[in-house]
Amino acid sequence: MTFFRSHILVSIDPLSQAKGAYEIIDALNDELVAQGLIDEVQVLETSRIGDPEIYGPDIMVYPEGVHYAKLAPEDIHFLVKEHFLKGRVVDKFVVKQIPKSDDELGPPKPKEVRVVLRNCGVIDPYNIEDYIAVDGYMALARSISDMTPEEVIQTVLDSGLRGRGGAGFPTGRKWQFARASQGSPKYVICNADEGDPGAFMNRRVLESDPHAVLEGMAIAAYAIGSNQGYIYCRAEYPEAVRTLKIAIEQAREFGLLGDNILGSDFSFDLEVRMGAGAFVCGEETALIASIEGSRGEPRTRPPFPAVKGLWGQPSNVNNVETYATVPQILLKGAEWFSSMGTENCKGTKTFALAGDVKNTGLIEVPMGITLREIIFEVGGGIKHDKGFKAIQTGGPMGGCLPSSNLDLPVDYESLGQAGSIMGSGGMIVMDEDTCMVDIARFFMEFTQEESCGKCVPCRVGTRRLLEILTRICEGEGKDGDIETLEMLCEQIKQDSLCGLGQGAPNPVESTLKHFRDEYEAHIYEKRCPAKVCRAMIRYEILEDMCTGCTVCARNCPVDAIHGERRQPHIIDPDTCVRCGICLQVCNFSAVTIK
Amino acid sequence: MSKVKSLADLKRVREEALKKQEAKNTASRIQIVIGMGTVGIVAGARETLKAILDFIAKEDLQDIAVRQTSNIGMDSWEPIVQVIVDDEPGISYGKVTAEVARKIMKEHVIDGNIVKEYVIEIQ
Repeated sequence: MTFFRSHILVSIDPLSQAKGAYEIIDALNDELVAQGLIDEVQVLETSRIGDPEIYGPDIMVYPEGVHYAKLAPEDIHFLVKEHFLKGRVVDKFVVKQIPKSDDELGPPKPKEVRVVLRNCGVIDPYNIEDYIAVDGYMALARSISDMTPEEVIQTVLDSGLRGRGGAGFPTGRKWQFARASQGSPKYVICNADEGDPGAFMNRRVLESDPHAVLEGMAIAAYAIGSNQGYIYCRAEYPEAVRTLKIAIEQAREFGLLGDNILGSDFSFDLEVRMGAGAFVCGEETALIASIEGSRGEPRTRPPFPAVKGLWGQPSNVNNVETYATVPQILLKGAEWFSSMGTENCKGTKTFALAGDVKNTGLIEVPMGITLREIIFEVGGGIKHDKGFKAIQTGGPMGGCLPSSNLDLPVDYESLGQAGSIMGSGGMIVMDEDTCMVDIARFFMEFTQEESCGKCVPCRVGTRRLLEILTRICEGEGKDGDIETLEMLCEQIKQDSLCGLGQGAPNPVESTLKHFRDEYEAHIYEKRCPAKVCRAMIRYEILEDMCTGCTVCARNCPVDAIHGERRQPHIIDPDTCVRCGICLQVCNFSAVTIK
Repeated sequence: MSKVKSLADLKRVREEALKKQEAKNTASRIQIVIGMGTVGIVAGARETLKAILDFIAKEDLQDIAVRQTSNIGMDSWEPIVQVIVDDEPGISYGKVTAEVARKIMKEHVIDGNIVKEYVIEIQ
């Protein structure tokens, strides 16, 4: 084999072609021949380098990794002479790359196992060849050519994969139902409406490894007998939508989507639909209604989407992460997947770790790992070495678990029994300075706002819950509030139409169960133990610590602090708005919260 | 882009894609840097470069990158070739003709012995 010292990759996506990519290739080859470099430098085609709209036609030169953009055939003579003959980078064509720092996803931390995230940050999401190079679309090709749809479903069943959207329904069973359903056409739907505050696992997969999701959907389509798929992605993810559209376009070009995929009689195509940002549209029946163009409201189940889904046809709805996992199960086998995790929960799960931990960001861990391992080993412990108070799993509808639950293995059942949920994978760690009543109020504010209003328990119930919680936080709690909260939680859970209402009381219920003393302190003693609720705290200046430097008085926005220079200052509690600025600016730790 | 029509087709595309990835792999274990400024070229750096590339192809060496640089200001020593193996500091050779290049490739790159007589020594 000839050894080429340098490779030129020319992007030949349709837009670059229109802008003259092939003329550039011809010019490059002519020039390399003319300058006697053709044996040393090889010109290759690639599908996309930079955004062709801005840079096209562009080329990438390796091993230097120099990206030249907006080239014209007449530039090539100079470029080849300078770069390849004389070894000088031609600055005027270079695209300056801004080194990207990856705050979301660092190198794997101890105890992490990357299955879904394996390609994130490793391959170029805009270039299908990068995905193909890491065995991309191989699982789809093998499924179509070597396996029957039933065998595909059996493999997914055997692997033990369960829905990664949060409810944990076995994926293979779902596919079985959809396959067995009478009716044509059938639809494959990807739920990419990741609405939990602070959760971004799905966005990251869509932006970094979009083809894995497309491949998973195509496999599902083959398994259930569908020809059309929809990806329902929230409009707040414009980058994910853009990446998906590019990926779909490239997959079509390669014949991996469209008619007669890989020469078989299986045809499948995809469309991206954008949601307008309603949280409830992550619920599958509301999501289907939204794709149909109706208001995003859930309906009663059964009939389940597998029987009567999109446009009344059998439909299969799975989450982004579920689809992204499928190709690897088919490639590496059901046994490989089921070797990870616990007896009932196989494989790995991604989580967005947030809150008061040292290493926040995206993680992927095997099922069955304990919360302690996640917080203290993967997460590196609590920030500023404070004490751990609670962890909230599963987004705004999850429960808050206290330190007694730290050794709980993370799987659908254990979390459910403890009063929380797996959810799509949000994890918020709270340190000792967090007020649990305030947290419950905060989450209730979110769910109350996002309630679609279709059913009374959710619409009115969450409103009443929020009102009571707000009152307690404002120091107006009354005897009997706790009992009313408990009764409301019970009723909302029982009578709500969809998962949003059924899950909404979880933060309240779990904090009532594990941190009842805090509620009692708020209501009966008018005291916030964590010193968070403003109505129940008072800022005071310690006389013997205060040097009378006047910094606090000068920074107080409402002029509540008085005192002579070099004399201890005093805060007037009636004027003070509890903003906490004095505490932040004091250099002598003289301000305390009482 | 021609469409992928079969599993075999996909495998072929994967091979090509892998090759391109390899080309992108800038972090090779062995790096050869050749001074290709005007002086270097006049002094015969092109022949040196060709000899090195031929040698690599003939011996089928892996994990090696050949790069060029411009004039480094030691004109009397051109053609200059720098050999960097792993994280060790690079060794600069001067007056590297095609023949010397083959000697350096064999003795230094393959056998791991620095060819002392051609090393540029800064006094």
